[in-house]
Amino acid sequence: MGGALVLLWLVLTITFALIRLAPGDAATFLIPPGATAAEVGRIRAQLGLDQSVFVQYAHWWGRLLHGDLGESFALHVPVTRALADAIPVSLGLGAASLILTYLVGVPVGVVQAVRRGRAADHILTIATTTVYAAPSFWIALALVAVFTYGASAWGLPLWLRLPAFGLHAPGVELHGWIAAADLARHSILPVGILGGIGAAGIARFARSSVADVLAADFVRTARAKGATPARVYFRHVLATVLPALIVLFALSLPGLVAGSIFIESVFAWPGMGKLMVNAITARDYPVIMGAAAVYAALVILANLAGDVALPLVDPRRRS
Amino acid sequence: MIAARRWSISTWALAALVVLASAVIVVPLLSHQDPIAIGDVLALRLLPPGATDTHGAFHLLGTDRFGRDLFVRMMLAGRVSLAVGIVGSVLAGAIGTAFGAVSAWAGGWVDRVLMAVADALLAIPRLVLLLVCAALWRPGLTTVVIVLIATGWMGVSRMVRAEMLGVRAQPYVDAATALGAPSLRILWRHALPNALGPAIVATTLGVGNAILLESGLSFLGLGIQPPQPSWGNMIAGGRDLIVVAPWVAIAPGLVLIATVLACTLLGDALRDRLAGEAAMTLRERA
Repeated sequence: MGGALVLLWLVLTITFALIRLAPGDAATFLIPPGATAAEVGRIRAQLGLDQSVFVQYAHWWGRLLHGDLGESFALHVPVTRALADAIPVSLGLGAASLILTYLVGVPVGVVQAVRRGRAADHILTIATTTVYAAPSFWIALALVAVFTYGASAWGLPLWLRLPAFGLHAPGVELHGWIAAADLARHSILPVGILGGIGAAGIARFARSSVADVLAADFVRTARAKGATPARVYFRHVLATVLPALIVLFALSLPGLVAGSIFIESVFAWPGMGKLMVNAITARDYPVIMGAAAVYAALVILANLAGDVALPLVDPRRRS
Repeated sequence: MIAARRWSISTWALAALVVLASAVIVVPLLSHQDPIAIGDVLALRLLPPGATDTHGAFHLLGTDRFGRDLFVRMMLAGRVSLAVGIVGSVLAGAIGTAFGAVSAWAGGWVDRVLMAVADALLAIPRLVLLLVCAALWRPGLTTVVIVLIATGWMGVSRMVRAEMLGVRAQPYVDAATALGAPSLRILWRHALPNALGPAIVATTLGVGNAILLESGLSFLGLGIQPPQPSWGNMIAGGRDLIVVAPWVAIAPGLVLIATVLACTLLGDALRDRLAGEAAMTLRERA
C-alpha cells in the first residue's frame, strides 16, 4: 500500500517534469497574435507560468491535497469537473469491454487448448492473432464502413444499421427504456471492438496456460479415477488457471486504456481518452496532468486489487 | 512434428517481412509516379483499385483524394513505419538491457532507484506516456522514434534484471571471480550473454508493437506529419472517405496488420525456442 503511494507520487512527479521540460508552454497557444509584451506577461502570470518550476510543483501539490487539480486552460472549468464528466463514460466503456473480454476470451482459449492442433484451434489461432495485430482504430473504421454506410448501401435489415458515433441519438429527448436501448445500440460497436481485441489477447494466453495444465499429471489422474469432464475442467483445470487470469486483468488494463483512447476518438465518445487527446492538442497542462494521474492511479489500483485477489483464489499464495 | 510446423510458420513470417522490406525499398525507386507531389487532382483523385487513369498509368490500389497512387505511397509509408518500428524497438531493447544489467549488477540504492523509476513509468499506460511526450515536442519522425525508445525500455529492463539476478548466482560467475576477472569483464563476457534471451524475444515482439503505436500516434495527428506518408496517417487520411472510397483507409491497414502479424509470429516462435532452451537448462540444473 505504501509502495503504491510512492509509485503514484513518482508517476505524478515524472508527468509534471515531462510537461514542464517540453519546449514552448501553454501561453503560446492562448496568446492572440500581435499581443504586446505586457499582455503576454499578464496571461503568463494568470496561468502561474511565470514562477519557477519548483514553485509551480509545490503549488500543484498543495492544491492537489485539497482535492483541487486546477482549472482547465482551454475549457475554463475545474479539471475535477472535466474529469468527473469524462470518467463515467470511460469506466462504462472499459467495464463493459472487460466483461466481454473475459466472457469471450477465456472460453475461446479453453476450446483452443482442448482442440489443440485440430481445425478449430487453427482457425481460432489465425483469428485471434490477426485481431491482436490489428490497430483498434482501423477495425473501428472498417466496421463503421460495414454497419453504417454499408448496411444502408447493401440494404441490410434496419436493426443491423448501427450508429457510427456519439452516445445518444442526436436531437431527440429519450427516457427510460428507450433511452437505455438507444445507449445499448450506440455501445455495440465500441464495446464489441474493444472487447474483441481484449478477448484475442486473453484467448492467446488462456490457450497456452490451459494446454499446459491439461498435460499435467493431476489432470490425467482425475480422468483416470473417473471424474466427469465438467469436474475435470472446472475443479482441476480452471482452478489452476484462474490465478494467472486474475493477474492478467491488471496487465490487460493499460491495453484497455490505449484501446479506449482510439475508440473514443473514432466514435466521438466524451470520455477520458477524448478529453486527454483534446487537452494535448491544446496544451492544456492541468487536464493532461489530471488525466495522466487518473490513468496511473487506475493501473496501480488494478495491480493492488490483483495482489489482494490472488490469495483468495490461490491457496498456495496464502502464507 | 510440432517443431517442424512452428519452424515453417516463422519462416513464412520472416519471408513476408523480407519481401515487404524489399518492396518498400524498391517500389518507390522504380515507380515514375511521385507519391508526395500533388498533380492533376480532378482527373486522378479517388480512382478505384486496378484503374488506369487518363494518362495511361495503372493504379494497383487506386488513388487517394489528391490523385496520388496509393500503392506507391503505401510502400513509401512502409519505409517510415518499418524503420520507426525496428529502430524504436531495438534501441529501446538495448537501453532497457543496459539499465537492467547495471541495476542487477550494482545492487543497493542504484538498483532501488532505477527500478522505482522503471516501475513508475510502467504504471502509466504506455500510450498515455507516448501521447504526453509526443504532443509536447514538435511532432515528426525523430520525436516518434525518441518517444518510442523513452517509453519502451522499462519492460525489457525489468526482464533483464530478473534474468541477471539469476545469472549472478551461477557457478561460472563465481569461477570467473575466483580467476580474478574484473567485475565489468564478467558482466560483459559472462553474465550479459546469458541473460539476453528474454530481451531478444521482447525486442522482436516490440517491433510490431512499435509499428502499431507509431500508426496510432500518426492516426491521432501526433506522429508522422503529412505529406510524409506513414500507414497511420494514411488511414487517418481515408477516415472521412470511408463511404466514397473505402480502399484509401482499408489498404494501408491491411499491410500494417500483415506486418505486425509477421513480427508477432516471429517473436512467438523465438520465444518458444528460447523458452525451450531455458526450460532445458532449468531441468539440467535441478
